[in-house]
Amino acid sequence: MNEKFQVTSSPHIHNDFTVRSIMLDVVIALIPAGLAGIFYFGIHSLWVILASVISCVVFETIWNILLHKKNTVGDLSAVVTGLLLAYNMPPTIPVWMVIIGALFAIIIVKQFFGGLGQNFINPALGARAFMLASWAGAMTTWVSPSLFGSDAMSSATPLSLLKAGGEALQNMPGVQKLFMGDVGGCIGETSACLLIIGGIYLAMRGVIKLRIPVSFILTVSVCAFLFAGGSTLAERLQFMRWHTFAGGLFLGAIFMATDYTTSPTTPKGELIMGIGCGLLTSLIRLKGGYPEGVTYAILIMNIFTPLIDRYTVPKPFGSKSGKEKLEKKLMNFIAKKQEKKEAAN
Amino acid sequence: MGIKTFKGGIHPGYMKKLTKKSPIIKLEAGRQVVIPLQQHIGKICDPLVNKGDYVKVGQIIGDVDAYVSSPVHSSVSGTVVAVEPRLSNGGVEVNSVVIENDGEYIEDDTLNLKGNYEEMSREELIETIRKAGIVGMGGAGFPMHIKLDPKDRNIKYIILNGAECEPYLSSDHRTMMEHADEMIFGINVMMKILGARRAFIGVEDNKPDVIGLLLKKGLPYQIEVVPLETKYPQGSEKHLIKAITEIEVPHGKLPADVGVVVNNIDTCISLYNALVLGKPLYRRRVTVSGKAVKNPGVYDVPVGMSFREVFEAAGGFTKDPKKIIMGGPMMGAAQISLDVPIVKTTSGILAFTEKEGRVYKESPCLKCGKCVDVCPMNLMPYVISKAARNDDIEKAARYHASDCIECGSCSYTCPSHRYLVEGIRLAKTKVTALEKSQKR
Repeated sequence: MNEKFQVTSSPHIHNDFTVRSIMLDVVIALIPAGLAGIFYFGIHSLWVILASVISCVVFETIWNILLHKKNTVGDLSAVVTGLLLAYNMPPTIPVWMVIIGALFAIIIVKQFFGGLGQNFINPALGARAFMLASWAGAMTTWVSPSLFGSDAMSSATPLSLLKAGGEALQNMPGVQKLFMGDVGGCIGETSACLLIIGGIYLAMRGVIKLRIPVSFILTVSVCAFLFAGGSTLAERLQFMRWHTFAGGLFLGAIFMATDYTTSPTTPKGELIMGIGCGLLTSLIRLKGGYPEGVTYAILIMNIFTPLIDRYTVPKPFGSKSGKEKLEKKLMNFIAKKQEKKEAAN
Repeated sequence: MGIKTFKGGIHPGYMKKLTKKSPIIKLEAGRQVVIPLQQHIGKICDPLVNKGDYVKVGQIIGDVDAYVSSPVHSSVSGTVVAVEPRLSNGGVEVNSVVIENDGEYIEDDTLNLKGNYEEMSREELIETIRKAGIVGMGGAGFPMHIKLDPKDRNIKYIILNGAECEPYLSSDHRTMMEHADEMIFGINVMMKILGARRAFIGVEDNKPDVIGLLLKKGLPYQIEVVPLETKYPQGSEKHLIKAITEIEVPHGKLPADVGVVVNNIDTCISLYNALVLGKPLYRRRVTVSGKAVKNPGVYDVPVGMSFREVFEAAGGFTKDPKKIIMGGPMMGAAQISLDVPIVKTTSGILAFTEKEGRVYKESPCLKCGKCVDVCPMNLMPYVISKAARNDDIEKAARYHASDCIECGSCSYTCPSHRYLVEGIRLAKTKVTALEKSQKR
């Protein structure tokens, strides 16, 4: 018998999670929304998705070869970035633009800062912001959904109708259509229903926690109810429903604001992230120049993430409760006063 | 009857079915026993016997005149063949007494441990417990006579730790099933010594047979069984107290400071063994498990028997073991050799196959925060570990590195397989060193 035993530090067992299994779960959770995108906007959406995923994987491989590093595409994080990037593209985007976007996401946002786990903003969203600045026209050309894109017509997204307000609101699609995703928008963002299903899958698998998505979505809903306009309760509720289900809120809240690396790790921090994203989204949508604010809201909160983590360190088990601390402060205060009095005397 | 628990923790694969149904099997020592002179926290014992001496079962073979220490007894009768440093299960050599077993098992009758505890005074009882060499058998090995003498602290509750939250281990489970009366005797003794008003037996709800048995038995009104959620590390002293009494032991304080004493099941039974049977602590119940073992089960093993002999008694190995662990898989220590002795604190010995004890490569931290979620001490393991490995000790201290109980939940759950506990252990050592140097 071989009597050379392996000696390692405890613990000696481990659960089944790996980076790869988590990324695979995210990919699985994203598939339904992508299929809906292809279904609504046509086969070009498929090419966009494939181009994005493949170029992300290829760019990461090239980077690793150039830097003589072990290839890391096996962890599937590049695939997730590729999917998310594609889902954030309008269905008519030229494929070459997507490839340049993927280059920006993988090389500049992810690898320049140290690769997996080190990027300070979400790579897909960083690339989307870069593309919005570079090709404003192509990035904001929308088509109305039609079965497999057979007779795609350019149209406004629900959010741009909301932005225009007034008579444009007459053309707002019904909430049911919004929920199912049968409206204009980015490839993977329109179907709140399928994104929620993906989110439930991720939550059940323990991949994401619900604090960020729920607080994000609720904050946007509440802000829309309070500030989006409308004079009667029914109107306010209508605005709330529109703002909740239109645009990229569910894609952002479930799949991008929850990105591990760029979101806080503490329970309190996660709530701050979600509420912060919600407030910024509402601010941009309601008061800013753009109809949609999810991208920039998440990017801004990404940048705050290290700071949030630093200020929301949880209290260790057995540390003094707030009440005891307060009492101690009070006692100190009284003692000091007493001292002063005695000194004065 | 609600199920109680604490915040955080993990649900590992428990693997208890390998051992939880098998009755305890008594093993006899082999040709030789190696008894380390330190099986407790505190000062190492001086040997009281020399090479060539004849010793009897239960005879004191090592003791030292120190407050924190506990005597060591022979588990066999026979001749001392050596008093020398031998490899022990801490991975280092410890001065040990090696005894050639003559198989006669002649009992030593000079200790006089037997007595009616109801008539004995507190001091007499504590002295008897010291003489019997009873220490905490959960793993730490804190001498019992000190724990039961909390000076001016007023102890209200005694908690018996029947959680057995470590995967694989079933020794407490089987002991509670087969020796419940002895356990209750031990609780009564402890309650008398400490003047405690109530006692709780905390049992995880994956042992419904134990809970049922104890309820059916009709415990005295001051002893209560508390079902606990099956969650690791439910058996951690501070978390057990939190779950049962809602009391949070403050940072840097002992359970006794909040009026609670927590004890291990087997420790409790050794009180019975000493006072009723007159036997000091030289045997204990050990879970022998792991997928490389032919007959996993719970064995009643004499102290000083080697791991090799115990595994052989358990039918030997079915496959080549890749890893040998003393204790549970979450907090136990991997061993370099099979020729190390069972000691008073050996709750289990595991032989893992290559697949069971798989060692993973680290990949970069994703900052997913899973370690923060599961940490029962509410720490941020990834921050502490990284700070320690970057030699930023002040940062590690600022993030309360020294509060870590090394339960391993963070490493267990990390999708990147970061060696978080190692990092934090490093941090703890360095933080302690830093604090010492600052005090100077």
